[in-house]
Amino acid sequence: MDFSIIVSDFAALTLDGLVVGAIYALVALGYTLVYGVLRLINFAHSEIFMLGTMSAVAVTTLLGFTGYEDPLPTFKFFAVFLLIAFVASLVSGAAAVLLEIVAYRRLRNRGASRLSSLISAIGASFFLTEVARIATGSKNLDFPRMLDKNSVFQISTAYFTADKLLVLGGAILIFFALNRVINHTKLGLGIRAVSQDERTSVLMGVNVNQVISYTFLIGGILAGLGSAFYMVFYETTKSNVGFLVGISAFTAAVLGGIGNVKGALLGSFVLGLFQQYTAAVLGYNWRDVVTFVVLVLVLLVKPTGLLGETLQKARV
Amino acid sequence: MADLSRFNPREIFGNWWDQASAIQRGIFRVCVIALFYALPLLNNPVIDTPETSFQSVLFYPLIMFSLMAVGLNVVVGKSGILDLGYVAFFAIGAYTHAMFGLKTGLNFYEILPIAMGMAMLAGVILGLPALRLRGDYLAIITLGFGEIVRIIAINTEAIGGSAGLTDIPPPPSVLGLKFGSGDPRPYYWLTLTLVILVIWGVLRLSHRKPGRAWEAIRQDEDVAEFMGVSTLKYKLWAFIIGGAVGGAAGAVYASQILSIQPEMFNLNLSIMILACVVFGGMGNIWGVILGAVLLGYLPEKLRFLSDYRIIFFGLLMVVMMNLRPNGLLPRKKREVVGEKK
Repeated sequence: MDFSIIVSDFAALTLDGLVVGAIYALVALGYTLVYGVLRLINFAHSEIFMLGTMSAVAVTTLLGFTGYEDPLPTFKFFAVFLLIAFVASLVSGAAAVLLEIVAYRRLRNRGASRLSSLISAIGASFFLTEVARIATGSKNLDFPRMLDKNSVFQISTAYFTADKLLVLGGAILIFFALNRVINHTKLGLGIRAVSQDERTSVLMGVNVNQVISYTFLIGGILAGLGSAFYMVFYETTKSNVGFLVGISAFTAAVLGGIGNVKGALLGSFVLGLFQQYTAAVLGYNWRDVVTFVVLVLVLLVKPTGLLGETLQKARV
Repeated sequence: MADLSRFNPREIFGNWWDQASAIQRGIFRVCVIALFYALPLLNNPVIDTPETSFQSVLFYPLIMFSLMAVGLNVVVGKSGILDLGYVAFFAIGAYTHAMFGLKTGLNFYEILPIAMGMAMLAGVILGLPALRLRGDYLAIITLGFGEIVRIIAINTEAIGGSAGLTDIPPPPSVLGLKFGSGDPRPYYWLTLTLVILVIWGVLRLSHRKPGRAWEAIRQDEDVAEFMGVSTLKYKLWAFIIGGAVGGAAGAVYASQILSIQPEMFNLNLSIMILACVVFGGMGNIWGVILGAVLLGYLPEKLRFLSDYRIIFFGLLMVVMMNLRPNGLLPRKKREVVGEKK
């Protein structure tokens, strides 16, 4: 164990941690929003993310980008990236809404137990993973490099490359937009109302089924945007990518306090940073063990996560 | 379609069972048990599985899934603890058998209690802190535990690292049954015996104080606590008992497969066993076994769909849960536990 590496590489590790955390956060928000309205872990959310990465690759293939490209001019790159992000979020959003209708709605309307919904979601998750696995032939799909990844500027040991700046900047914009939607629109009011008390919100005239559909849509869109950033940063995907990212994102959501939007953000960044530091000290292999041990310790001290389990303050 | 969810075989069969005399019940039990012991000897093309030999399918996944599902049912079905890391106990049992079998001269029957003990110990270590939490938090912690055990196994060279352990000794011959010769049937009979013992034990417990405590905890943990049920104690016991069964399953599995790798013990197996429990009918031991048999058997039977079988299987899970959200054979609506009939 060499702790000095944290000191010497502190800035670089922190930057990477924030970038990874931003991607986790976009996925974790989907878990947290759905948990808020349904009190359910959406087990198939990781597959929604996976579909996003697949459609991102599909778009680049259709546009004729393969392998290493000459870096695109900034404007053209943004146009292409926006198109990719749009298609990925469209696919993920549509898949999430469809998932809710197929795997959750009927069970929910019949008042089935939470475990039944969980199994139904697991079935949907198997289905999507396998479809993707067969469609891709279990191969890694590579995302073309369209961006000059040389360092733009440098602070201490941290090299701020264009892709990292894109992820961080994009994520911050999305968080502000989401905050706007949740706190300042009628839909956001509906989501908060259903999270707080579903039965009372029905009495207050909220169309619960519609709000839940929209919540899945928002979660799916966020996962789709996250997958676009993920592809620019990591440049490869596989049919099991959802599991790898999903489990970290889910851990992050629980760490911050599931059902709590700010908690999901905080949890994701804490987890992202923590994973980078432990990977540097103990090696990449032990990263997940330490992640879970920390999660257990945090939950033991503060059983509802760092910021508590609530989309709003007044819930008993 | 709505009627399908109300169809409950328990009502039809249960009436017969309630009216049957002790002798009729005894004969029924003996017949069922005999049928299960005879299964590997039958050569029925209807139940036979394409591509894999039916006898090995009977051992893994059928009877193995049944054993684990019965164990997990104590945790999830009886006391309502959502455990997503059950594979950890399975792994601990398998590794205990492998390590003791390789390093000491002990044979399978001597190691089996040790393997169960190690799994129980792990249950206490995880359960004492974790069982204070509830619901989804507990679920994620157990899930993490399953992953931790697997990753530790990968990264610890002393127990084989990612290559795992090989040349694990099979159990010594007993009653003229030769183990380890590639014939899966003795293992099937061994595991079936374990399943029957576990079912017997769990049914005993269910009708006594622990069963009542679990039922109370599952229905409402707060009320149970107020009524003086020591919830942590009984949840811990459920967890430990489930863990011990998982450990036993792991030991048997390791003694059959003879070499184990950490990647065998992944999250998918935990999910699969949980699916058996929920699919079959949480809390009802017969439903759970039906679930295990179906979920173990279908992917093998569906081999004619070759690559597409998991897709089909996933769809089936969604459709089944929508049609029968409480599982194929749900528990009794208002279960009166501890009542003498």
